[in-house]
This record gives sequence, structure tokens and C-alpha cells, in this order.
Amino acid sequence: MHRLPPFQTLLDRYANDVMATLRGAVGRSDADDVFQETFIAALRAYPSLKDDRNLRGWLLTIAHRKAIDHHRARGRRPLPVAEVEAVVEASAEPLEIPAPDDGVWEKVAALPPKQRAAVTLRFASDLPHAEIATALGCSPAAARRSLHEGLTKLRKELS
Amino acid sequence: MTTTTERAIERFRAAAAAEGLLDVAYASADSPFGTLLLAQTPRGLVRVGLPNQDREELLEELAAKVSPRLLEAPSQLDEARRELDRYFAGELREFDLPVDWALSHGFRQQVLQGIAAIPYGETRTYTEMAAGAGNPRAVRAAGSACGSNPTPLVVPCHRVLRLSGGLGGYAGGLAMKESLLELEAEHRG
Repeated sequence: MHRLPPFQTLLDRYANDVMATLRGAVGRSDADDVFQETFIAALRAYPSLKDDRNLRGWLLTIAHRKAIDHHRARGRRPLPVAEVEAVVEASAEPLEIPAPDDGVWEKVAALPPKQRAAVTLRFASDLPHAEIATALGCSPAAARRSLHEGLTKLRKELS
Repeated sequence: MTTTTERAIERFRAAAAAEGLLDVAYASADSPFGTLLLAQTPRGLVRVGLPNQDREELLEELAAKVSPRLLEAPSQLDEARRELDRYFAGELREFDLPVDWALSHGFRQQVLQGIAAIPYGETRTYTEMAAGAGNPRAVRAAGSACGSNPTPLVVPCHRVLRLSGGLGGYAGGLAMKESLLELEAEHRG
């Protein structure tokens, strides 16, 4: 029999991860609103959740869907990877993420959304490629490509 | 947990309650016997965990048997905490908290509802409780209904003794049962 842990456990364990991911995805000032939407949606769906083996991945997936909704609501189209270069200017709203030490996250925040999301999911949330793909709603290959492009861009800027 | 995240969680709790998604709210409460766990649904108090009971186990049981939409929400339990404080101080003789009976069924629930009606400072026997629930011979079942009381203190199973006058059992330990009976004897007036 599968038994879901008390929802409080998810807050205790993963609230920080969700917040960090959302800061990367929508910026510091909007992260709190999207955090609310994420956890309300999760709480609503929770009792009917069938597979409780990866609750963290489930939450981060919801967080990313909500982040994408948030971008859409602001009039931005979802961003296919191939178009990334073209939309850099349109979407490059600078995000206020405090640099922990070397300014890396500032650079991450300035990446185009899909690359930014892939980099954040990989390094702030520590998700494997397959889960990044789920979260972004793309194939694992596309997720790997976004991550690669994001990292290449970062390396160039930091060198 | 960062401060920003804590504030976000605080906001989320309020939103969850407002959206009707907070199926079970729980909080800790101090008592002279140690920390209690109080849990409540929109229908009423559903569980009181005694100090010697395992908190994680109680929460998992609530998630499995009532709802996994279970959040720590101290402000939701202010009234319960206030009444219990006054009870332990000898100032409150009758709880005014609604009880959600979701965790007890059938004969057990009947026994517990009988227990809820035992006046402050009085005691009954397991035999009397069995008879009151319609089956005078089910003394053992009445005893086990007391033992599995989901909301001790508020449903005062400590007021039920053996026919011989012996204390019987108590989920919170016999010393606690004895102290509660002494407290009530002292404030019976």
C-alpha cells in the first residue's frame, strides 16, 4: 500500500529548493508569488498522487510549469531552444539574484529562459537530465542541449 | 530554511486554509506532562498526541487515515491550546471544542461518546461504559476503545477505571492518569 507522507514533510524538505529554483526561473521579486501557486497546486493534487517515489522532482516539475505559466502570462511565448538566440533581448529582463561569491548566478539569471531553467534545475536543484526534461516539457536531448548551450554561454562570459 | 522561504510558507499556510485545502492542521502544545500534539480538521479536534507518543508516527497515521493534506498551522489550534491550558490550571471543567470522530468507528465510537459525557471529577468503570454503549458484556472491547481514544484529555478516558477500583491503563502512562484524577479531585469544588 502506498502511503503519502504528511504534506508538511514536503514543505520542510523541499521549500528551499523550490524557492531557489523559482528565483532562477522567474527572478527574486516574482518567486514568492509563483511559490504560492506551486504549493497550492501541489496541495490540491496531492491526495490523488499515485507515485510518491520522487516527491522532490514532482514539486520542481510543478514549479517549472508555474514559472512557464508566469512567463506566458507576461506575454512571453514559451521558448523553443532553436529560437533562443533570437529572443535573448526580448526576455533578458535582468533578475536580481545576489551573487553568492563570484557573480555566477547573476550571469545565470541573464541567460535566456530555457537555458536559465536548465542550468538552475541542474545545479541549484540537482536534477538529472531526464527530470529536467520533464520539468521543461521537452525531450531529454533538448534538455541536454539547453543545458549545454547555457553552460557554454556562461563559460564564455566568465572567462 | 531561509527567512524569505519561511515567510513564503507562512503565506502559503494562510492561503491553503482560505482555499479549503487544509484538511488537517496540527500544532504542538505545552502541558505539565510534556509536549502534546494537537490535530484538527474543519469538523473539530481529531487527534491529541500525548507526550510519550511518537510525533512522526502520529502524523503519518493522520496522513494515512484522515488526509495527507496535513500542515503545521499553530494559529488554527489557538482555541484548543487555550482550553487545555485552562484545564491543566484547574480552571476549566468542560471542554467546548468540537470533536471530529473520524478516527473511531462503531462500538468504539459509542464508548468514546459515552466517555465524553462523564462529568469532571467523576469516574466510571469499563463495565459501565460497555453497558452504556449497549453491550454490557463487551468490557474488554470497552477497555480497548479507551486505550485507542484518539483525543484523550478532551474525551476524558482517564476517568474510566477498573471495577475493582484499579487504575486500568492509560496511553500517556499511569502516572499521568493518576495526576489528572488528582487534579480533578482537587478542583471538583
